[in-house]
Amino acid sequence: MAVGLEHFLVLSAVLFAIGLYGVLAKRNAVVILMSIEIMLTAVNIAMVAFSRYGQFITGQVFVIFIMVVAAAEVAVGLALIIAIYRSKKTVDSEKFDLMKW
Amino acid sequence: MPNIAVWAIFLLPFLSFLIIGLILRPFFNNRPMLSAYTTIIAIAGSLILSIWALIAVNGAENHVLTDVSYQWLSIGDLVINIGITMDSLAAIMVVTVSTISLLVQIYSIGYMKGDGGFARYFAFMSLFTGSMLGLVMANNLLFLFLFWEGVGLCSYLLIGFWFHKPSAARAAMKAFLVTRIGDFGFLVAVIFLYVKTGTFDIGELHELALAGVLGGTTLTLAAIGIFSGAVGKSGQFPLHTWLPDAMEGPTPVSALIHAATMVTAGVYLIARMFPMIASSETAITVVAIIGGFTAIFAASMGLVATDIKRVLAFSTISQLGYMMLGMGAVGMGYASGAIDEHHAMALGVAVAIFHLFTHAFFKALLFLGSGSVSHATGTFDMRKMGGLRKIQPWTYATFLIGSLSLAGIWPLAGFWSKEGILHEANAYAPVLFWLAMITVFMTAFYMFRAVFLTFHGEYRGGEEGSHGHGLHESPKIIIIPLVILAVFAVIAGWLPVGDFLGADVHFSFFGALTSWLAWVSLIFGFAGILLAYAIYGRKLLSAESIGKSLGPIYTLLIRKYFIDELYERIFLMRFLVDGVFVVLGWIDAHIVDGAVNGVAMVTMTGGKVMRRLETGQLQVYGLAIFVGILAIVAFLFMFN
Repeated sequence: MAVGLEHFLVLSAVLFAIGLYGVLAKRNAVVILMSIEIMLTAVNIAMVAFSRYGQFITGQVFVIFIMVVAAAEVAVGLALIIAIYRSKKTVDSEKFDLMKW
Repeated sequence: MPNIAVWAIFLLPFLSFLIIGLILRPFFNNRPMLSAYTTIIAIAGSLILSIWALIAVNGAENHVLTDVSYQWLSIGDLVINIGITMDSLAAIMVVTVSTISLLVQIYSIGYMKGDGGFARYFAFMSLFTGSMLGLVMANNLLFLFLFWEGVGLCSYLLIGFWFHKPSAARAAMKAFLVTRIGDFGFLVAVIFLYVKTGTFDIGELHELALAGVLGGTTLTLAAIGIFSGAVGKSGQFPLHTWLPDAMEGPTPVSALIHAATMVTAGVYLIARMFPMIASSETAITVVAIIGGFTAIFAASMGLVATDIKRVLAFSTISQLGYMMLGMGAVGMGYASGAIDEHHAMALGVAVAIFHLFTHAFFKALLFLGSGSVSHATGTFDMRKMGGLRKIQPWTYATFLIGSLSLAGIWPLAGFWSKEGILHEANAYAPVLFWLAMITVFMTAFYMFRAVFLTFHGEYRGGEEGSHGHGLHESPKIIIIPLVILAVFAVIAGWLPVGDFLGADVHFSFFGALTSWLAWVSLIFGFAGILLAYAIYGRKLLSAESIGKSLGPIYTLLIRKYFIDELYERIFLMRFLVDGVFVVLGWIDAHIVDGAVNGVAMVTMTGGKVMRRLETGQLQVYGLAIFVGILAIVAFLFMFN
């Protein structure tokens, strides 16, 4: 069985779903951040796959961009988590209810 | 005559107002005379242009020099024009208004000297004159209404010119509110006419009315609505109460309001709309009855007033009643078929405007004369005057001429125009004619009562504390306008105003004395003068004892028939404050506020419930977004 576009897309979808589950269901902010990274990776895989099978280079260029931005985003995200840990002494997302009126 | 010159007649005073208001008053307030000169130059310009227009109209075909409209606003199908007409009626009016206004402005330099609001005064006076000039030239009702309100606004500002005096502030408010009642009727009538005919143009409305297209109840209602505006502005019964109180303003303002602007606007409006109003028999009869009744009603209150300006104010109301009566009588003659259409339309306007024209001169003269008297004595109370004949010979002579003219003594101006009105009233409204005749007697009496009290006998002290020191004739700047007006008060009746307006209301100089009517009115007039002389000149009869013997009637007159009390205590306090306002207050508190509070309560309660959904946890929001996206995707799949 040859490996085709569908396989990549299924992998991408599965990764995305795992990431989404992590984002929505996990309590630990660090895990949530990691889950976001998984979702980004899933997207990257899909893009590379499309790029490879569609003969467009644009997808791959964008993936590079996304990885760069994601690296920056992780840095900012971790900094935020550290900052909120310092003030709340926890990384439990259920304790973050500052937006509640 | 170029069109622009016609527009300039009313734009010049507006320009003067802007110059004074925007430049002179803010930056040159230490040189107040500049404002006075600006006003006088602007109004003198208007006067010259007005005279030019009058001459041009005289040479024009059908006496219509110009009648142009420009589009101003267009809202859907509603097109509003601004336009002016310069016909014989407008020409007479602009000349009258600008002449009187110019003389009043010159007089004001002397009278208002040293007043803190000197520049403000002249700014308002310019605006006032400009509004009135615009009013008489407007050729559609909406444009006319604009100036109509402008005149009302200026009267408010000028009556309340000394606004730090509570009585002046109150009088200004009263003038504004009382005329507002009439203006409301006017505005409703204008809108009503537009809805029914689709035009604001006065000429077109007249054509429709004369052709019978506009008729029946529609016409009657509209005509009465327009008349209600005139009733308010011209101080006719029952909206006359503001006019005596309007004496709180500076005297030149009273002269201008009562002689040439503001109050004559009502008469002018009826004259301008005469073909339309006369086409409704009911409406024109109402005009005649209100006019005739107001004439005698106001004159009777003038009999006992002790304030010289109030005597003149009642006299103004009464004379305006005459003008209304003149038009009403001719209209009744037309309605009964006694006069043919062409003649009636010109005649009605002519009798009223002729009287308006002569009245403007002698009434301005009398007001300015009373101001000159007050300049010396510091009061308007005739009980504190007396004997000023020797001290103020010029004022006395001119005031006497004005009084004789107002009393309708041959051959002064008042005689001719009054004869015209009495003549028509006698022909078409006999009952009102006799009321008017009694008014002639009353007019002569109250004017000469004022003359004898003010100028004859012994000086009675003036205002408290002045002790008669420094009693003097007024300065030249005050006397000169008086003399000019006095000349007009004699000769204005000899001018062929009626012929100019297209109707022969002119009697030959001596021929006038051949009719019985002239003799009856002269006898009534002289009787009034003699009675005044007997009571106040020779003191053959004591005014006090007559007052006592006629106790209740005297009280009734001095309290102005309790109309103010009726309006304020009964209508305002009982009916409005205790009745209507209580109901309106309840509706406001419970229904209007209730609706507002109800909406607020529903949203607040809703908010309290809904906010439980907002946990403040990003993950819940994220879940919601996810579910939402799923729903959208599912939706797209289902329907594509």
